[in-house]
Amino acid sequence: MSAGQGAGPAGGGKRIVLRRREAVGPLEYTRRWWMRLTVGATFLMLYAPIILLVVYSFNNSRRNIVWRGFTFKYYEKAWNNESLIEAFVNSLAIAVVNTAVATILGVLVAIALWRFRFPGKAAYEGFMMLPIVIPEICMGVAMMAFFARIGWPTGLPWPLTLSNIMIAHIAFSFPFVAVTVRGRLVGFNRELEDASKDLGASEWQTMRYIVLPYLRPGIIAGALIAFTLSLDDFVITFFTAGPNSVTLPVKIFSMVRFSVTPEVNAASTVLIVITVIATVLAMRFQSPSRRAGGEEG
Amino acid sequence: MAEGQPIIRIREVTKRFGQTVTAVDDVSLDIHEGEFFALLGPSGCGKTTLLRMIAGFETPSEGQILIDGQDMSKVAPNRRPINMVFQSYAVFPHMTVADNVGYGLKVTNVPKAEIRERAEEALELVKLGGLGGRKPDQLSGGQRQRVALARALVKRPKVLLLDEPLSALDAKLREAMQLELVRLQHAVGITFVIVTHDQNEALSMANRIAVMEHGKVRQLAPPSELYEFPNCRFVADFIGKMNLFEGRVAGISGEEVLVEVKGLGRFSLPGEGEASGEVGIAVRPEKVRLRREKPDEDMVAVRGKVSEVAYYGGSSFVYVTDDTGRTISVNLQNEARTAEPGVTIGDELWCAWKPRDSLLLST
Ligand SMILES: Nc1ncnc2c1ncn2[C@@H]1O[C@H](COP(=O)(O)OP(=O)(O)O)[C@@H](O)[C@H]1O
Ligand SMILES: [Mg+2]
Repeated sequence: MSAGQGAGPAGGGKRIVLRRREAVGPLEYTRRWWMRLTVGATFLMLYAPIILLVVYSFNNSRRNIVWRGFTFKYYEKAWNNESLIEAFVNSLAIAVVNTAVATILGVLVAIALWRFRFPGKAAYEGFMMLPIVIPEICMGVAMMAFFARIGWPTGLPWPLTLSNIMIAHIAFSFPFVAVTVRGRLVGFNRELEDASKDLGASEWQTMRYIVLPYLRPGIIAGALIAFTLSLDDFVITFFTAGPNSVTLPVKIFSMVRFSVTPEVNAASTVLIVITVIATVLAMRFQSPSRRAGGEEG
Repeated sequence: MAEGQPIIRIREVTKRFGQTVTAVDDVSLDIHEGEFFALLGPSGCGKTTLLRMIAGFETPSEGQILIDGQDMSKVAPNRRPINMVFQSYAVFPHMTVADNVGYGLKVTNVPKAEIRERAEEALELVKLGGLGGRKPDQLSGGQRQRVALARALVKRPKVLLLDEPLSALDAKLREAMQLELVRLQHAVGITFVIVTHDQNEALSMANRIAVMEHGKVRQLAPPSELYEFPNCRFVADFIGKMNLFEGRVAGISGEEVLVEVKGLGRFSLPGEGEASGEVGIAVRPEKVRLRREKPDEDMVAVRGKVSEVAYYGGSSFVYVTDDTGRTISVNLQNEARTAEPGVTIGDELWCAWKPRDSLLLST
């Protein structure tokens, strides 16, 4: 329409342009400056140390206090540090075993709590969730005391040297899997289970073809959480680790005691990257869109 | 229809939940082969519980259920020769339509080729041919329900149980689906047992209807009998619209009972009653006529004022309030394009009906 551009029959009618700024709606938090400021400050507090850590892992300075130029040198150094790599391999081995066992245990607990009614169920549920709320330091001390008391054998061949750490990790991480899977079960339409049996399926077939596929996103998310928890756990591991079973976080801690070289930053950065990837994957599997896609019906 | 042994026999079945809730209370009924049977009643009367006991998801607290002559008390749901369409449809969300329909065959080790063939056949039957590759979230509510139907029918059960199958559909689709279900039942020749709280649904589809209240079956009869001869106030009121008057037996002569109702006078009608006992007199709105002049002596009549007129397209309901404050509803068919002497609010009219069109209810 060009009528309004001045060529209109009304002749020379000036167009009044109203461009008033719209008022801020009650829920438009992103348009309030103090809200933006708070959010910005929060993110800064949260991430500035981590960003600095990553940036300084590329710092070409042994004392690592002022920036002296970019280098990959310390990644290389970390890679050639045998005891660091050994700790890293230990950490991975523990995390993998922990993930497998904790996931199975967590799924079983979640299903048991959802599926069955039994005496003392509420108490059982409470005790299952206890490791989530117990201070880690207490858990660590308890684990140490426990293994010392029962006389857990030392000096076993390699993967078995890690067995007590694995047990400790499984004990504190499987409740997280259980909680995650339980959360997904809440949305499960129990008529699906009835329908499966009605169509001739046994309990086991119903579990295998209906319940587990429905739970899959929750199980994967839980497994990734267990993996992350185990990989970066320090406190509990510190109390249960022996001289021959050092994990990456424990190793980093002992390195820091001498000096904070960029090598430490490099090792930490690797740990951060693995953890972030696992967490992002876990969140994606738990995302609402996946949930909706999984249970619409 | 009642030849041979019933396909489902429910014998004195009671179901209690805990100490206080009696969901189903001493129900006995037989369902015969090929019937389209409806369990009808208000929400919470125990219909679903009864259906779930037939399917095997609940165990009766007392009594016995026989399917095809066999006692079902020790038979698990997955071993019963019946299938169910659930209220939520319970279509498996992670499987395609074809996998959903084939599921019941897969878990009972039917060969793959046969599964594919029978699943396709079942989808054709419910008019979903060609949609086998879709996921349930790509279907409409009505289509999902058809998947649930196909999935049950593919098992070739002796009885198909349907729990409120139409309640989630919109009015238009619901009507179409009523006809569709009847067509389907004729096509497959399977006994259908349907649960509904909608009397229109039950009346239009079923051969026989069991009306339930508080876990008990109040009346079991074909639709027309239920409508014309309800046996108690509850059924009379629940099925269709009904004008109910409280009266008294004034005398009994043979098959006829003389009743007296305040404002209506005395008249006799067929039925049973105790001398000078309280009775209910019921008359359907469409049996009542409106008159400008006082009707003949042989009609039951009451004078009142039109208090409301509700127009429904095909028919209208006229509500007439008499001196005592009772409101009588009258159903008028809108037969002509322009109703000549239109009834308007405030008109003084006579409501009249033949004594034989009213019904005596003693309970
Ligand atoms: N699993 C159950 N536990 C306790 N009470 C139940 C259970 N199932 C149904 N009931 C109760 O039994 C009664 C009948 O329920 P239901 O059979 O679902 O009614 P309807 O299907 O006719 O609406 C209701 O009062 C309901 O609250
Ligand atoms: Mg119900």
